Amino acid sequence: MSRIVVAVSGAVLLAAAAAAILIGPAALSPGAVFKEVLSHVPFVHIDSGLDPRQSAIVWELRVPRMVLAALVGATLSLAGGAYQGVFRNPLADPYLLGVAAGAGLGATVAIVSVGSGSALVPVAAFVGAIGAVAAAYSLGSAAGGQRSGATLILAGVAVAAFLTAAQTFVQQQNADSIREVYSWILGRLGTAGWSEVALMTPYAVVSVTVIMVHRRLLDVLSVGEEEARALGVRPERVRAAVVVAATVGTAGAVAVSGLIGFVGIVVPHVVRLMVGASYRAILPLSIVCGSAFLVIADLIARSALGPAEIPIGVITAFVGGPFFLVVLRTSRRGVM
Amino acid sequence: MSRLTAAGIGVTYDGVPVVVGVDLVVGPGEWVAIIGPNGAGKTSLLRALAGTIAHGGVVAVDGVEVSALPRRAVARRIALVAQRPVLPDGMVVSDYVLLGRTPHLGYLAVESDRDVEIALGALDRLAAGGLASRRLGSLSGGERQRVVLARALAQQADILLLDEPTTSLDVGHAQQVLELVDELRLERRMAVVAAIHDLTLAAQYADRLMLLAGGRVVAEGTPEQVLTEEEVAGFSGAHVSIVRGPGGEVVVVPRRR
Repeated sequence: MSRIVVAVSGAVLLAAAAAAILIGPAALSPGAVFKEVLSHVPFVHIDSGLDPRQSAIVWELRVPRMVLAALVGATLSLAGGAYQGVFRNPLADPYLLGVAAGAGLGATVAIVSVGSGSALVPVAAFVGAIGAVAAAYSLGSAAGGQRSGATLILAGVAVAAFLTAAQTFVQQQNADSIREVYSWILGRLGTAGWSEVALMTPYAVVSVTVIMVHRRLLDVLSVGEEEARALGVRPERVRAAVVVAATVGTAGAVAVSGLIGFVGIVVPHVVRLMVGASYRAILPLSIVCGSAFLVIADLIARSALGPAEIPIGVITAFVGGPFFLVVLRTSRRGVM
Repeated sequence: MSRLTAAGIGVTYDGVPVVVGVDLVVGPGEWVAIIGPNGAGKTSLLRALAGTIAHGGVVAVDGVEVSALPRRAVARRIALVAQRPVLPDGMVVSDYVLLGRTPHLGYLAVESDRDVEIALGALDRLAAGGLASRRLGSLSGGERQRVVLARALAQQADILLLDEPTTSLDVGHAQQVLELVDELRLERRMAVVAAIHDLTLAAQYADRLMLLAGGRVVAEGTPEQVLTEEEVAGFSGAHVSIVRGPGGEVVVVPRRR
């Protein structure tokens, strides 16, 4: 069963990646596009026959955008799955502890003060995201949250509400840049290039590695904190490591792509419904399915109403919502 | 084979003492049942012995204080079966039993083939090998209890703490579970401490009974010594007759007043 799921998910990811680099407003022949991609593989010398402008469309626009969508989708899905595990809460998503609100405030402040094109926007979003989780974590711990995930979630809710209020205030005070702020908040991959990929990769690698090595311990936590303790595990230690890793990855994703919702909560659930409740299966498959989902969503976002782009956050929810309901209906198993 | 020694165990919740000055020694192959009314402190005592809650007093295994040991080392010696274990519905039985190997693995280590072998062996030992690929959510009450015991067995600890292992089981399944525990403690010389609310079953399986009331030990000894009509009425307000079964065993029969 799960082997079939792995094979199908992998095939879907490959097909989605291929479609993402083949489809676009410029009509290019599939053969030439693949040759162009191959020509960038080290030690492969091949001529795609594309002129420099076409070649740039493939290698400077489509490919990095697809790679970034895959990286962001993988990171958000994995972070969401990991949060659902450490907090044993089906409603957990990567933005649970205030990442979205913190990044939103950071980006808004940067956009109204230096403009939406500035390289400072992702930096401010990243700092805001990390700061929000750090605040939630220290508040939650001070209130006894070290021993219970619930206090931490509540601290996250409080921090998020506070930062969202601050963000709304800043936005209202600078009504002329509302459009840019709004477009950032809905998430976009339209500006993606290799520099964004380079920015995101280290965070994705660290986050994915740390979370993946904790997947057995997430299974241990799934029997509850008391029993985990009786098995010799310190739940608060696992939680801290996973929260830090998920936060770093999410902050990186948010910095390069804005607030893309729904991926982080739905993908792990769909995977769980397919392969069961063990994080040893859920987490690696969330990486594959999350990448595929966001690559497809981005493809729809840029081609459905082409040449206009629909914000990708609209697509993830518009397509993902009904899809999730169908999966939920056809599955007889519970969500957690 | 290990000896569990506890001295002066005290547990306090929000300033309210729920376990006060309990001393307990359980040797290899010995079975002690903790009895007492609801709220007597049985669960808190077991949690303190397992080290999963803050407590006063000293718990030692073979003379070594467990508070001085890393958590994992403690879990290799003491296994706790909770009263209401959390069984994630979608998890497969073999994966669940494999969690029992956790204390034997390094922080980020992965289970070896040997760990899998031990887990499946534990399931087989409890005649539950056929459940290995089932999902936890599909198990009956009796099957669940076997699977939970298998996880404790995979832990390979020689001290087994059981919190009401027969709650929610019918008499037949309750007996099966207790028989299995009894076989294991004889086979592996495990020290067993079990909170059991059914006094007749407690008397039939345990070597010694410890009667808790209000967090304190009010009586301790063989079933014959502890289970008298006055004692039972005194601690739980229950009206019972103590009679002898065909084999001379103690039987506690509830009586209507």
